[in-house]
Amino acid sequence: MYPKDYRYTKEHEWVRVAGDVATIGITSHAQDQLGDVVFVELPAANAKLHAGQTFGTVESVKAVSDIYSPISGDVVEINEALIDAPEKINEDPHGDGWLVRAKMANKAELDSLMSAEDYEQYIAAETES
Amino acid sequence: MVDFGGWDMPVEYSGLVAEHLAVRRSVGLFDVSHMGEIEIAGPQALDLVELATSNRAANLQDGQAQYSGLLNERGGFIDDLLVHRFSDERFFLCVNAGNQEADFEQIQSLNQSPGADAQFVSDRYAQIAIQGPKGLATLQKLTDTPLGDIRYYWFTEGKVSGAPAIIARTGYTGEHGFEIYVAPDEAERLWSELLRAGAEYDILPCGLGCRNTLRLEAAMALHGHEISEDITPLEAGLGWIVKPNKGDFVGRDALLKQKQDGVPRKLVGFEMRGRGIARDGYHVMKGDEQIGFVTSGSPAPFLDKNIGMALLQIDAAKSGGMIDIQVRTRGVEAEIVPLPFYSRKKD
Repeated sequence: MYPKDYRYTKEHEWVRVAGDVATIGITSHAQDQLGDVVFVELPAANAKLHAGQTFGTVESVKAVSDIYSPISGDVVEINEALIDAPEKINEDPHGDGWLVRAKMANKAELDSLMSAEDYEQYIAAETES
Repeated sequence: MVDFGGWDMPVEYSGLVAEHLAVRRSVGLFDVSHMGEIEIAGPQALDLVELATSNRAANLQDGQAQYSGLLNERGGFIDDLLVHRFSDERFFLCVNAGNQEADFEQIQSLNQSPGADAQFVSDRYAQIAIQGPKGLATLQKLTDTPLGDIRYYWFTEGKVSGAPAIIARTGYTGEHGFEIYVAPDEAERLWSELLRAGAEYDILPCGLGCRNTLRLEAAMALHGHEISEDITPLEAGLGWIVKPNKGDFVGRDALLKQKQDGVPRKLVGFEMRGRGIARDGYHVMKGDEQIGFVTSGSPAPFLDKNIGMALLQIDAAKSGGMIDIQVRTRGVEAEIVPLPFYSRKKD
């Protein structure tokens, strides 16, 4: 369920890396906890991301969730399709439901993120508690 | 699951939006056993109810219910409640789970008469709400009581699948429907039987999430939001449950004074015009000045709009007026609109 080539955060974001560009989204677990996503707020197309800091919000009917950036860098593209179709985040959280793409400033930041296996263990423990 | 007044309750079962739409279009089932119940009995029961609550209980006939307020001396809400009259010597109050101890304490402290006895009976009742246009047809399968004869805000005693029940045509969704009060050890069986009875109407079990969005579309108050110890019925647009001419009741003097002086603030409804969703507690701005706060805000699943209610300074609370809701770092435009947002079609 969780792609092996992605990295994951404790705040339930994922990041996929191609060259020095990172694509960022929220995990299937996150969208499941939120429920039907009805609204997305994304940064400007040239915004700067800082690892561990919020860059946007995803809202369902019942809740608002801040999105934390897994990495630092410059936004190069936002997923404009989400403005009119935020439900893509529920339908395909690890694919079409991506949020932003950014040029990474420091690839070493990836080392502190979780593997798919670690993340699955992390959410299993979180669900039990 | 979330903690709600000491109860573990699901926010949603299959999904908030699907549950919300099931209630508007067909039927939904709510386990609202957390609600508290208080019985007041005896020859002076009516006097005690009149003293403790703001609406006029003497207007009720046997088998009729009314919405009312249990107020403090400042006219604020200790709680809002439904007052059911079995007879002028027996009343049944349905109150909020989180306030039930405070409610009972207040009623006990007001009861100076040996002719009235208040009993805290929450442990004796589970409550299930069957709400939506197919609610009657669903519940009718399990009872001989002719449900169509029970008018809105009336109730009767009967049996549901053999279990003694208070069957009330009340609800908190803006739809027609019923709330039944039964013995706790019957609740699980009745819940399952009601789900089976409603299967042909695609009944869904409904959680706290859609209970909130349904009542918000119908602009019904939630204690701790539109009403509280610091918000009066006059401010909350609930002047119709205040009956100062009936005689003394707790909060009467404060409300008479507020009526004379004019209310300083008023509850309004609004729809978002800009891109953004208002949430509980967000500030309402006019320019740089804060003129109020959002009491409840959410996307409205049936209306497909972003709506909310807000308590505003009186001079800003005019229908058609534009306000800014402070959504995180930015102001988002909203228009003040008449309440309720949603009314069911008259049948």
